[in-house]
Amino acid sequence: MRLDCPICGERDRREFYYQGAALRRPAAEVWGPDWDDYIHNRENPAGVTRDLWQHEQGCGAWLVVTRNTVTHEVLDVTLAAEMGA
Amino acid sequence: MIGKGAGFVADLQAKTPLAGRGPVTVAGVSLSEIALGPMTSIAPYKGKVAALSEALQRAHGMAWPMTGKMTGQMTGPEGTWALWFARDMALLIGPVPDPALAAHAALTDQSDAWAVLRLAGPGARDVLARLCPLDLRPRVFKRGQVVRTILAHRTAAILCMEEDVFWIMVFRSMATGLVHEIETALLRFAARHVSC
Repeated sequence: MRLDCPICGERDRREFYYQGAALRRPAAEVWGPDWDDYIHNRENPAGVTRDLWQHEQGCGAWLVVTRNTVTHEVLDVTLAAEMGA
Repeated sequence: MIGKGAGFVADLQAKTPLAGRGPVTVAGVSLSEIALGPMTSIAPYKGKVAALSEALQRAHGMAWPMTGKMTGQMTGPEGTWALWFARDMALLIGPVPDPALAAHAALTDQSDAWAVLRLAGPGARDVLARLCPLDLRPRVFKRGQVVRTILAHRTAAILCMEEDVFWIMVFRSMATGLVHEIETALLRFAARHVSC
């Protein structure tokens, strides 16, 4: 697997570290079902998924990667900073 | 000996990370150590890149390096230059940073933290390819480029100085092990490419 880092270009998977599902942080200041989902509940899709990866052995940037777990296609790589993630 | 009070203390000698390990040449590819002057990482504060670039120009006569590039005068160990070092980070090599830079960026002394190796020769790319997952083809990794990557599992920066000349930066503590890895790669490269 190779990821196309928006800063460094296409690099080997070994330069990246998986940081978990890319989720939007709930806006609510108080506990609710949104926070329960955000902290505990994860999808495990056969298909398209979005995760956070960090280019830790490269430029250090956090990336939002959209990929397909069935076909192993990498569909999109975007800087997390640009997505407000 | 240095005088201290009524007595003396030892006159300490600075040692480079690979002091005592001489250069090696195998099959026309040579590996040697380079001792550079002071190194300082420069991490600009939010939105300060333009102001920092101006300050860098005024103080040291170089612009802020664009992604994967170097600026300034790279004349070897006496150079005054800066290289891209990570997202929103550059490494200034040569001069002690002007205090004016501190208004725009966090400055951290890295002088003793990095070992710098020089790998040169017509087969240098093939030797690197044994240790590194980077696309090393000459049309992709060109003269003047800097990459952060992994080299024999170590965090490294690789600088392409000439078509067949590379400078490799690794943490000082990993230098001896890396030299061992590169020497092994050199021997394996030679075994494949040099007929006896």
